[in-house]
Amino acid sequence: MRKFYLPLMVLLLFVVIIGGSWSGILNDYYQLVLLLITINIILTVSLNLINGYMGEFSVGHAGFMAVGAYAAGLLSVWLFAEDKVFGPPVLPAAWAIPLFPVILIVGAIAASLVGLLVAIPSFRTRGDYLAIITLAVNYIVKSFLENFAPGGPRGFVGMKRVMNNMADVFDAPWLLIWAFIGMIVTILVIRNFVSSTFGKGVEAIREDEIAAELMSVNTRRVKVVAFMLSCGLAGLAGGLFAHWPGGFINPSTFTILKSTEVMVMVYLGGMGSISGSIITAIGFTLLLEFLRPLGVFKWVVIPLLLVVTMLVRPSGILGNKELTDVFPRLRAVFGSEEESYAPASD
Amino acid sequence: MPLLQIKNLTHWFGGLRAVSDFNLNLQEGEIVGLIGPNGAGKTTVFNLVTGAYKPSEGEVRINGDDLVGLRPHQITAQGIGRTFQTIRLWNELTVLDNICIAYASRIQYSLLDSILHGKGYQQEERQIKKRGMDLLAVFGLEEYAQELAKNLPYGAQRRVEIARALATEPRVLLLDEPAAGMNPGEIGDLLGLIRQIRQDFGLTIWVIEHQMRVIMSICERIKVIDFGETIADGTPVEIQNNPRVIDAYLGEEAF
Repeated sequence: MRKFYLPLMVLLLFVVIIGGSWSGILNDYYQLVLLLITINIILTVSLNLINGYMGEFSVGHAGFMAVGAYAAGLLSVWLFAEDKVFGPPVLPAAWAIPLFPVILIVGAIAASLVGLLVAIPSFRTRGDYLAIITLAVNYIVKSFLENFAPGGPRGFVGMKRVMNNMADVFDAPWLLIWAFIGMIVTILVIRNFVSSTFGKGVEAIREDEIAAELMSVNTRRVKVVAFMLSCGLAGLAGGLFAHWPGGFINPSTFTILKSTEVMVMVYLGGMGSISGSIITAIGFTLLLEFLRPLGVFKWVVIPLLLVVTMLVRPSGILGNKELTDVFPRLRAVFGSEEESYAPASD
Repeated sequence: MPLLQIKNLTHWFGGLRAVSDFNLNLQEGEIVGLIGPNGAGKTTVFNLVTGAYKPSEGEVRINGDDLVGLRPHQITAQGIGRTFQTIRLWNELTVLDNICIAYASRIQYSLLDSILHGKGYQQEERQIKKRGMDLLAVFGLEEYAQELAKNLPYGAQRRVEIARALATEPRVLLLDEPAAGMNPGEIGDLLGLIRQIRQDFGLTIWVIEHQMRVIMSICERIKVIDFGETIADGTPVEIQNNPRVIDAYLGEEAF
C-alpha cells in the first residue's frame, strides 16, 4: 500500500497543476512560474549528477541547455510553423501534439552529444582545469549560436506559433504537461542511476578516481554516461524553455550567468542530494519572483544569501543527505527503493 | 605454466630507473613476499602489474594472456586484485557500497537497465548486495555495512580494503603493506585472515611488507629488491641468511 503513496501524490499534484491551468484558476503568470520551477528542477537535478555526485566542477550547464533549446526550437518551427527561414510547415499542425515529446528528445540527444566535448577531456583532467573546459564549451556554444543560428544574436522566434497551433487543435496546457512529465522523468532517471551499482561508480570517482579504476570501475565509461545523461537532461530543459510563452530564445540567455544560477541552486540544496536540489529549485525560483520588485538589487540579495548559506552550512541545506535521511518518518510517504538490507535473512 | 608471469619488467621515471629487469613467476596457490628498503620500487612493481603505470619495457602475463597496455579496470577484471599502501577507501560511501562497487566489472545488466530498474536488474543488484554482505561476514564487518567507510577504526578500514579487493574476484591478490600501522595483536589476526582467504578463495597472494614477522611466517618464497634491482630470491630461511639482504635491508640485529 505504502508503495503507492508517492506515485499517487505526484499524480494528484499533476492533476491539480494541469487542471488548474486548464480551467484558468491558475492564471498565466502562475503557469509561467510553475514552468520555470519545473525547468529549474530539471537543470538542478541534472547538474547535481556532475557537480554533486561525481564531484567535478562543471560551470557551463547553460551551454547544453542552449543546444537543447535551439535544436528543439528549430525543429519544431521547421516542422509545424510558418517561418521566414524555413518556409511553410512540413507537417500538419495536428501532428505537433503527439510529436512534441519527440522534439524534446531530439533536443536532449543533441545536447548530450555536445556533452561529449566535456566528457572526453575529463578522462585526463579534473578540478579547475575541467571547469575551464566547461566554461569554454559554454562560450563556444553561445558564439556558435550568435554567428550561425537563424536569428543570430537577436534570437529566434516562432515556437509560440507551434504552441498556439497545438492549442488550436486541442486546448490544453501542453507545455506545462510535458514540463511536468520531463521533470518526473529527470528525477527518476538520476535517482535510479545513482542508486545502481554501476551508477555508484560516479561517487567512487568523486572519492578516489585512481582507486575506482583499479577496483574495476570503468571510469571512462562511467564519465561518458554521466556527462551525456546530465547534459542531455539540460537539453531537455532547454527544449522546454524554448517553447515558453515569451516565444523567443536568444543566445545571451544561456551565458555563464544562467549556468551560475543553476550552480547556486545545486550548492544551496546540497551536493549529492536530489531532494535538496528539488527544494532549492522551487525555493529559488519563487524567491526570484518575490524579489522582482527589488529590480537589479535582487542580484545583491541572492549572492548574499549564498554567502550566508556557505558560512552557516557549507555543505548546502541538505548536505549529501536526502530528505528521507533527515526526516525518517517521510519514508512512509516516499518509500525507499533501497530497503535496508538485513544481513541475517536470505 | 605459472599463473602470473613477469618478465624483464623495467620502468623509468624520467631519467630514474625505478624498476629494472624484474622477473617473477607466481605459481597457483603460492604466497610470495616482496621486500626491500624504502624507495626500492616495490609499490612501483605493483603499480606496473596492475596497470596504474605503463611499463617502459617487459611483459606481464596472467595465464599466458598479456596484460601490458590494458587499462587498470581491464587488468582487474582479468583477475588481479590489490590493496593500497595508504588506505584508499571511498570515504563518503558506506562500507557495503565500497564492496559492491568493486563488482563493477561483473555487472551483466545493461546501461538502460541501470536507469529503468527492470526485473533482471533488481535480481542482480540483490545478488551483488548479498555477495557483498557475505564478504563482509568473512571479515567480521557486517555490523559496519551501513557505516561510512571514513568512520571505521583503522584496523577495520584495512580489512575493508582487503574485502574490496576480493570483491573484484581476483585470482592473484596483491597486498601492499597490509600490516602497516597495526599493533601486534591485529597483526596476528591479519595473518590468520590471509591464510584463511587463501584457502577459501583459492588465491595466489603476493605481499609487500616491512614487518618481518608477517613476511617470514606466511611467505613460501621471498624476493628482495633494492634500487629497483633484484638482490635476492629464495625461501625465508635463505633470505634471512643472505649477506646482501642483511647488508641492504635487514641489518645484523633483525632477528
